[in-house]
Amino acid sequence: MTMNPDLVDKTYKVIGTRVRRPDGVDKVTGRARYGADASAPGQLVGLVLRSPHAHAVIKKIDISKAEKLKGVKAVITSADFPDHTNGDRGLRDILENCMARKKALYDGHAVAAVAAVDARTAREALKLIKVDYQILPHVTEVDDAFKANAPLLHDDIFTDGITPTPTKSSNFVKQAEYGHGDIDAGFREADVIIEKSYKTEQTHQGYIEPHSCLASVSPDGMAEMWVCTQGHFVYRNQCAAILGMDANKLRVTSSEIGGGFGGKTHIWAEPLALALSRKANRPVKLTMTRDEVFRATGPTSSTSIDVKIGAKKDGTITAAFAELRYHGGAFPGNWAEFGAMTGFACYDLKNVKTVSKDCVVNRPKTAAYRAPSTPQVCFAVESTVDEVARAIGMNPVDFRIKNAAKEGTKSSYGPVYGPIGIGPTLEAAKNHPHMKAPLAKDTGRGMACGFWFNFGGQTCVDMNVTPDGNVTVAVGTIDVGGSRASLALVVAEELGVPYDAVRVVVADTSTLGHNDMTDGSRGTFSSSMAAVFATRNAIKTLRERAAKTWEIPLDEVVWEDGAARAVGAQHGNRAPLTLKEIAAAAPGSGGPIAGHAEIVADNAGVSFATHICDAHVDKETGKTTITRYTVIQDAGKAMHPAYVEGQYQGGAAQGIGWALNEEYIYGANGRLQNAGFLDYRIPVCSDLPMIDTQILEIPNPHHPYGVRGVGETSIVPPLAAVANAVTNAAGVHMNHVPMSPPRILKAIKALKA
Amino acid sequence: MRYEAPATAKEAVALLAKEKGTAYVLAGGTDLLVKMKAGMVEPDLVVDIKRIKAMREIKKTATGFSIGGAVPCAALTENAALVKAWPGVVEAANLIGSKQVQGRCTMSGNLCNASPAADSVPALVAAGAKVAITGPKGSRKLAVEDVPAGVGRTNLKKGEIVTSIELPKKLAKSGDAYLRFIPRTEMDIAVVSCAVNLTIDGKGVITKARVALGAVAVTVLLVKDAAKAIIGTKLDDAAKAKLTAACSAACKPIDDKRGTIEFRTDVAGVLARRAAETAYARAGGK
Amino acid sequence: MSVHVKTTINGDQVEFVCGADEPLLDVLRNRLGLTGAKEGCGTGDCGACSVILDGRLVCSCLVLGAEMDGRSVETIEGMADGAKLHPLQQQFIDNAALQCGVCTPGFLMAAQALLRKNPDPTEEDIRFGLAGNLCRCTGYDKIVRAVQAAAKEMRG
Repeated sequence: MTMNPDLVDKTYKVIGTRVRRPDGVDKVTGRARYGADASAPGQLVGLVLRSPHAHAVIKKIDISKAEKLKGVKAVITSADFPDHTNGDRGLRDILENCMARKKALYDGHAVAAVAAVDARTAREALKLIKVDYQILPHVTEVDDAFKANAPLLHDDIFTDGITPTPTKSSNFVKQAEYGHGDIDAGFREADVIIEKSYKTEQTHQGYIEPHSCLASVSPDGMAEMWVCTQGHFVYRNQCAAILGMDANKLRVTSSEIGGGFGGKTHIWAEPLALALSRKANRPVKLTMTRDEVFRATGPTSSTSIDVKIGAKKDGTITAAFAELRYHGGAFPGNWAEFGAMTGFACYDLKNVKTVSKDCVVNRPKTAAYRAPSTPQVCFAVESTVDEVARAIGMNPVDFRIKNAAKEGTKSSYGPVYGPIGIGPTLEAAKNHPHMKAPLAKDTGRGMACGFWFNFGGQTCVDMNVTPDGNVTVAVGTIDVGGSRASLALVVAEELGVPYDAVRVVVADTSTLGHNDMTDGSRGTFSSSMAAVFATRNAIKTLRERAAKTWEIPLDEVVWEDGAARAVGAQHGNRAPLTLKEIAAAAPGSGGPIAGHAEIVADNAGVSFATHICDAHVDKETGKTTITRYTVIQDAGKAMHPAYVEGQYQGGAAQGIGWALNEEYIYGANGRLQNAGFLDYRIPVCSDLPMIDTQILEIPNPHHPYGVRGVGETSIVPPLAAVANAVTNAAGVHMNHVPMSPPRILKAIKALKA
Repeated sequence: MRYEAPATAKEAVALLAKEKGTAYVLAGGTDLLVKMKAGMVEPDLVVDIKRIKAMREIKKTATGFSIGGAVPCAALTENAALVKAWPGVVEAANLIGSKQVQGRCTMSGNLCNASPAADSVPALVAAGAKVAITGPKGSRKLAVEDVPAGVGRTNLKKGEIVTSIELPKKLAKSGDAYLRFIPRTEMDIAVVSCAVNLTIDGKGVITKARVALGAVAVTVLLVKDAAKAIIGTKLDDAAKAKLTAACSAACKPIDDKRGTIEFRTDVAGVLARRAAETAYARAGGK
Repeated sequence: MSVHVKTTINGDQVEFVCGADEPLLDVLRNRLGLTGAKEGCGTGDCGACSVILDGRLVCSCLVLGAEMDGRSVETIEGMADGAKLHPLQQQFIDNAALQCGVCTPGFLMAAQALLRKNPDPTEEDIRFGLAGNLCRCTGYDKIVRAVQAAAKEMRG
């Protein structure tokens, strides 16, 4: 396998063209089937009863009246979920999150579920379930959770990463450290040191499609599930483990997915639907309401972050430090640790240290959201970077260019970088027309950089040649943004056939080996790598068939432009054998032609972006309007440029929403106040300008076509880019996102006073 | 739940009056169906008034305009005479929710839902609009500001429905405007809002004014001191400062998920000044 | 209480029985098999369930099925002319104006309603005309461009 081709500026026949997506017509005609669009004969409606309390002991649940209601076919509680987790703490947390056991740990925590003949009966049944709660004090704020007298969520958390390990349990889950050099020495060298604290509020991925599944468990233990998910193999594995089933008995088919952004990487109500179906002996469809999506799925961590950066007058950063405090919701996580790894990844630093502290609070279990944990720390770091640049009188883009990481830099989280794109994105930003455009009154320009690791992981692809000489490709990564088109492009390129000759489908869990989920920007990266190898394996078979037909040695047959061609003085004059001809002859030449690849797609290739933002601030109301926005990001190689642009634009829009208005608002009673799209305010069409994009292509040397993941990095810089623009527009330094109008107006008033 | 769609207001009143359980009028349904979905209300009877022909019409009358209780807000924008006479009212009504919501929602429903943040209500109050009410004991009229009794409560009696909203004739050299503050550009509930309706004389001096504030108290407020601050002026800077101060002084807001007391109080004055400037320009003032 | 309703959907006569309190969206999806309209929120805040009712754009989650007697509804399933996509549909595909696609039917209905009223909209008209439809994938850029392209094509 060639893994290190020179791919710079290479052009291809179909890769890089803007073809029409194969799922397009179904999606514009209403035919595409999402989670809630499937039905099964005799299906029941599943509904979940959720705790209204942030923290309470479940003393008793009486389901007898609900069970007796006509039309109710099953009622379940934690008693229906015996613990099969065998000491696996992570799996036990998933189990306990799906259905509360001894305690309800947040507003929205599931405590029981019903399946009934229709929604009205199911709603009636929920009202008949009597739960006897003993309400406990709760804690929802990160900084409060660390306090000695904070209400304790779990009695078995003893802070990991501290020596000696504490003997007393607390909400402080884990401490970790990253970095190198000597920051104390570095700060002593600095001419300027800026030290600041920041806060970010909790956000939700806000996908438009609520979670939905259709589960069917037969008395013989065979089970099927149709579900919207970012990873049906992982859903299968976890649901089977929790329910004590063999994984092979549970066949999971992924629906079209109506957005996920990390929120559909975790199981929530799926085990409940399966358990209800098992108990009722009927298929059960369980669809969350929007209110449930906000209260009981996986939003981000809210955070509290301290940053300290020192620099010399010439612009060299001498030392950088950050302490990050994040929560995992009601269960342990390592979200702060992710932030500690990514926070300073854009820079070439001699002395750097980050300390992460993860805790638990009475909020829903945190899940990944697009470059998880990184937008928050980027907000803190990149806001501080701007202040340091200002303090030494240097242009922010030049300051960043001077300190940017490059090939050979030891990253702040350990590894040494290969060829990377941070420098090129910064240079492109410096030279972008946006950077030089005049600014209107009360408008400021800000910029910020961002990083994300990207991930590869386990991947399995089947490529099959049809008898008429076309190609089907079965992949196991969910298509969240157009990957079926990109994968068809790469197979068509390898094979030398038109794009339309290749059809890519997402296979169910019984027809393909395990695949990790579509997260970590791995969908197109990993599946295209596997698809290339599968196609190359098929090409070898195609050459063998041609060699056999021609009765010449295999090494005298090459594959070019969709056909086998004989080479060499002796046979080079033979007419080529096309894919169609070889496929037609397959029954007599050895049977079906296919190629497979099962890989761990390592070396995903890190990703960097630089964003430029213009923001207008109404100084009388504190309202911010984004007037111009540009995303510059390294894609490695853009398989389908329009869909890469779509990832850049979508991430930027989500980041802008986070920067300005999106936040979970908890009342003093620990209940979520804004569990709906009315008051959880994601950007609407009229809130945004066009989002300009510039794709840079610095090939990833570890991918056959140089691809890097592109899905996540775009959400990283906006919080800081907007904050820096607001500072330049209104003179206020916002250290708390979202920078909602009341917060900005307050800062403006304080500045005047 | 029963659903009824009578053809006359009289039938609607009879159905509502005799219902022993909880009964609701269904106009646009954009508040009622949301409350039903959330389980906040469980009606025994819903009376759809959209089949009542007279209540679906916008009529020009001797005294101004009569807007039927079932007229969707989007239809207001299609009546050129109404838009010309009361641009502030029409704009306010078409800030409610989305285009989708505006295709259904009505000003009468917006009023009877009795939210202090209702967008059309401050504009109607500033305009001096009245409502025509039909009930078991006959018909009556009420000033718009007298309809809400508190958050979610009105002064309508059992069986009474708002059959129309009566807007007065537009006076010569007058103009109205409505502004609200929301964090986004669309789709939010007003955090604070203000409507101004004023009339000027030949010299540009304001002779009449009505100023109303939304989302700063339990009901929409008609702020007489704010009107006094600008009557007799050409809306000069001093008058604007007094207007701003009067509006902020009238606020009795709360802290909630949408805004703070401080923010609402500050921004009420800002919006009043801006709305007054628009209204003044619409009246022909320079 | 159940209600018997005769109505017109995409030009076809349709009869159904539904609960008095049942939203039109549930009738379309669960009783008539028209699952193109999506429930993103059920409260009129996302526009994914948009349909055109007697010529006006509405959220079908905020309409009762019982109200539909004698009315006429257009849904996404009726937008294409047989195998020929509507220019809006084609431009959404060609301009990459959809990613996950779950908001797409609602956007197409809203864009349809907008262009009928205003065949030559400015970018601002389009942005405000579509503000009742949430999209979380695209940042709206390519959606606005697709509507601009379709409007141009439809004006000829």
